[in-house]
Amino acid sequence: MTRVHDMGGRFGDGPVRPEPEGAPVFAEDWHARALAVTLAAGALGQWNIDMSRHARERLSPKDYACFSYYEKWVSALADLLVETGVLTKGDLRGFSENGEHPLAQKALKAEAVQAALAKGGPADRPSNRPAAFEMGQAVRTVRPSANRLVDGGHTRLPAYAAGARGRILKRHGAHVLPDSNAHGLGEAPEPLYAVVFPTSELWAAPENPADEVVLDLWQSYLEPA
Amino acid sequence: MPHDDPDHPHALLPPEPALRVKALETILTRKGLIDPAALDEIIDTYQNRIGPQNGARVVAKAWADPAFKAALLKDATPLVADLGYYGRQGEHMVVVENTPQQHNMVVCTLCSCYPWPLLGIPPGWYKSDAYRARAVREPRKVLAEFGVHLPPETAVRVWDSTAEIRYLVLPMRPAGTEGMSEDELAALVTRDSMIGTGLPKVPA
Repeated sequence: MTRVHDMGGRFGDGPVRPEPEGAPVFAEDWHARALAVTLAAGALGQWNIDMSRHARERLSPKDYACFSYYEKWVSALADLLVETGVLTKGDLRGFSENGEHPLAQKALKAEAVQAALAKGGPADRPSNRPAAFEMGQAVRTVRPSANRLVDGGHTRLPAYAAGARGRILKRHGAHVLPDSNAHGLGEAPEPLYAVVFPTSELWAAPENPADEVVLDLWQSYLEPA
Repeated sequence: MPHDDPDHPHALLPPEPALRVKALETILTRKGLIDPAALDEIIDTYQNRIGPQNGARVVAKAWADPAFKAALLKDATPLVADLGYYGRQGEHMVVVENTPQQHNMVVCTLCSCYPWPLLGIPPGWYKSDAYRARAVREPRKVLAEFGVHLPPETAVRVWDSTAEIRYLVLPMRPAGTEGMSEDELAALVTRDSMIGTGLPKVPA
């Protein structure tokens, strides 16, 4: 069983409502602040991208469903800051001493922003795990979709694609395994593949039999089919 | 790290979202953990400097230069980096080409993965539950909501961005654009055409 964020294929969400191109990048000023605070706090280096994704996914289903996008970001950020010991619950209540924090030396300065954003955080790594699958090879995803290292942990195999048969479309080299990295268990890089699935493998009533869905999946999510 | 704390610390902050952000920003600033000038710089970058105009340059160049297009489809990351488009959320780029036989469309069903250096911050609809839930199961109905109607003989391939690979759609070059400069071509490339939920503009 996965979590509330894993919504691919779900019914009942109603129409997509595209806003016009050229609409403001941030609909509200606080959206921009939420994004910037999240990126700047990430620069303190106390968590990785998989931990921050998992923090959003661990919001209670009730919160996840009713929070807006950046509300999820800022709420998950507050949770991460306390879980990693950067802030205390007292700090969030507003009962903290001001004054320099031990991590203040790591704070992202304005003049360092461009370089930090331009540098990015590549996820490919050398790996001693050989690629087990060839281009075009038939594979099946594991079922159920779940983190096999931590019960209820972070994983990137959506439930809709669990147990489905597809074929290897691209080999991406070895990438950090989110299931491990999100829980501080190390990067555990392993081969990553783009796997293409016919829609008949995924849905009871596909819109068009010729259509396909491609997912990027780690080797441990796959078995030979 | 605690995994499922029933008392989420965020509940200690003000519930109204704008105030929640402000409170957290204030706490972090007072402790010297964030620099408000750095926040302004981040916002300025994504509001004014990085956006779909970057991706449009790449598409226009691919339309104009067959050798560049061939190399782009083979290994996009170093090519777009050479044009200055590299960085956070664009570390591993793959460009997928639309043809009369196949239309590509990009989604992130699990969160909101999107090629920031080429397209900027994703629009609200891309992050919406409706798009995330439906793009993989009924892409043709979703496309219709964007005013895009594909013939049944054009297969739809939906790319669900489940890893750190970021996808950019290379739309088909519109008819009637022969002899246009890269600048003129770039002006026809819409953001949605590079996500796969739209088509390029047709020259007037």
